[in-house]
Amino acid sequence: MSGPEEKIRRLIKKKYPAGFITDIGEDAVPPGLDEDIIQLISAKKNEPQFMLEWRLRAYRHWLSMHEPTWAQVRYDPIDYQDIVYYSAPAGREARPKSLAEVDPRLLETYEKLGIPLREQEVLAGIAVDAVFDSVSVATTFKDRLSELGIIFCPFSEAVQAHPQLVQKYLGTVVPYTDNFFATLNSAVFSDGSFVYVPPGVRCPMELSTYFRINAAKTGQFERTLIIADEGACVSYLEGCTAPMRDENQLHAAVVELIALKDAEIKYSTVQNWYPGDEEGRGGIYNFVTKRGACRGDRAKISWTQVETGSAITWKYPSCILEGDNSVGEFYSVALTSNYQQADTGTKMIHIGRDTRSTILSKGISAGHGQNSYRGLVKVLKGAMGARNYTRCDSLLLGDKCGAHTFPHIDVRNPTAKVEHEATTSKIGEDQLFYCRQRGLSAEDAVSMIVNGFCKQVFNELPMEFAVEAQRLLSVSLEGAIG
Amino acid sequence: MNRGQGMLSVTDLHAAIGDKPILTGIDLEIKAGEVHAIMGPNGSGKSTLAYVLAGHEHYKVTSGTILYQGRDLTRLNPEERAREGLFLAFQYPIEIPGVSNIYLLKAALNAIRKHRGQAELDAMEFLSLVKEKMEWLSMEEDLLYRSVNEGFSGGEKKLNEVLQLAVLEPRLAILDETDSGLDIDALKLVAEAVNRLRSPEHAFLIVTHYQRLLDYIIPDYVHVMSHGRIVKSGGSTLALELEKRGYAWIEQEAAREAKAGAK
Repeated sequence: MSGPEEKIRRLIKKKYPAGFITDIGEDAVPPGLDEDIIQLISAKKNEPQFMLEWRLRAYRHWLSMHEPTWAQVRYDPIDYQDIVYYSAPAGREARPKSLAEVDPRLLETYEKLGIPLREQEVLAGIAVDAVFDSVSVATTFKDRLSELGIIFCPFSEAVQAHPQLVQKYLGTVVPYTDNFFATLNSAVFSDGSFVYVPPGVRCPMELSTYFRINAAKTGQFERTLIIADEGACVSYLEGCTAPMRDENQLHAAVVELIALKDAEIKYSTVQNWYPGDEEGRGGIYNFVTKRGACRGDRAKISWTQVETGSAITWKYPSCILEGDNSVGEFYSVALTSNYQQADTGTKMIHIGRDTRSTILSKGISAGHGQNSYRGLVKVLKGAMGARNYTRCDSLLLGDKCGAHTFPHIDVRNPTAKVEHEATTSKIGEDQLFYCRQRGLSAEDAVSMIVNGFCKQVFNELPMEFAVEAQRLLSVSLEGAIG
Repeated sequence: MNRGQGMLSVTDLHAAIGDKPILTGIDLEIKAGEVHAIMGPNGSGKSTLAYVLAGHEHYKVTSGTILYQGRDLTRLNPEERAREGLFLAFQYPIEIPGVSNIYLLKAALNAIRKHRGQAELDAMEFLSLVKEKMEWLSMEEDLLYRSVNEGFSGGEKKLNEVLQLAVLEPRLAILDETDSGLDIDALKLVAEAVNRLRSPEHAFLIVTHYQRLLDYIIPDYVHVMSHGRIVKSGGSTLALELEKRGYAWIEQEAAREAKAGAK
């Protein structure tokens, strides 16, 4: 039937809604990477000596490393000397003290993205730290949080104001030698968010960062460090977008989470970086290292991610369960459409006794998309009574996409219980017909069925972001059938 | 549409799956307000007819015409047919994990209302409508919040189809073996619901294997299918005769007639 096919063709041509460019001057260093650039970045940020030395150690180590090739993704070699490693909106030498001082054009950009900082500050009760290219632009709600002793600020500010905390925890979960992209990040990271929640404090609101890559040929290397002290509790959300550009842009971030005794960290991501066009041109390379450590007994770390963007996604948010009875969770929806590729999953490392982990991964492939789940469940000798439950479901739309599962299980304690379930299904012709027979369009039906498939993961997201995630999924799926 | 006006007019309809012909010349006239029953042995093409009318792409119409409310039905895709008031209660209702029953129902009703130029019902109006229809069928309310058909018993699935029918109030409802797998109490509930929905504007096409359902829904016409064609039509008493004598005699009769016609 020509009617729906035409509609689908139109929908495929629908533009990436966050794909605009903000025309704002940039203060950038020249492209390329050497020790001088690192010195320059560190100097621009007026960093203490320990920071510069750490960066340089990372850089020197990076020179000895090779880009990993084991992931189920294909891309042309990246020219690391062609990337701009630092870019800030011009005239931002001194950080704005309040929103009133922020360039109105930047605020407009965020409003276009649907996160009016001023409104959020007043209405939503969500504290937002917005990172534009390499620097944090504004952090809302800082005063209210600081009354509780919560520190929520740009990473570069934390280095200045709380160097002892940064020095104590930075690189303790993801060391600068960890992997090619994390090491690169350690050398050149420009900004990101820093959170510290003091003992016994439950953060009264969602903390949120919004990342945006604007400048051309710019890499974004943010670094986020979240520490929940004993008995503390915090929920954090990041969202990401980028303009549409023909060339690929590198995003190599590192996130470290540290949960001390009885602490709980919930980290949610809605990632909508520019995925490239329908021919697979352009898009973000999202090569990210995220890891959390449950350092004390009964600590809990929960990752939830909804990955709909990026040309290539390569990330494995992981939990190191050191404390006895500590808990790790990973809930993931990854959607690949057009020529997108995703190789994502998690690692759960059980070290303490009676540690528990849950992995729930939902992969959706459409168009020529390739989607891989890669996971490791490792139970060390001393982890008496450790338990893991893993479930990986893959949904295929059409016959040119692929789903792959690479589960690794390494159990060294005989009392451990590890369960793995996996399913792969094609979106049923029967389901589609059933919904259409009830009056739904094919597009609405697919979007409803896929949202149903992802429901368990969306349930883990904070309410307002669950709605956003559903919307994103529908937009990303438009035209994925036929 | 009023009683007596043409609802569905099928003329010499042939349909196939791939190269395999299933329907081999169906003629059927259904007017507004009428209830037609289609009976026949397994494999006679009853369900195929239901699917073809609903627009399942698996089945190809190879010749013949289907007019629905005066329009060529084959030019409409499945959702357009649904929005124009054609409803199929599935023989094997489909499961949709993670999608709540009430969500699908609401999306369906709103798609149809939108097509008719009516405003969407608000949450309260919608809920009270659904609850009223659930009472007809003695359905438990928790069924609304479970995933569509997932983990439903066979009977619950069938009742759920009839609930959708009752909420959507289609002009032409096709029930494809809705009675199979129902116990007698559920069967009576289904029949009562259908009888309540009978009106001068609405028509029903009831595909069934057994006469049992027709004890409670008295049809205006009964048609018997065999080898892809309607070989005998009559009033409601035909169903009773079939119950007593089976299908064989009709098939033999049809074969004799075919032979005679060929001479």
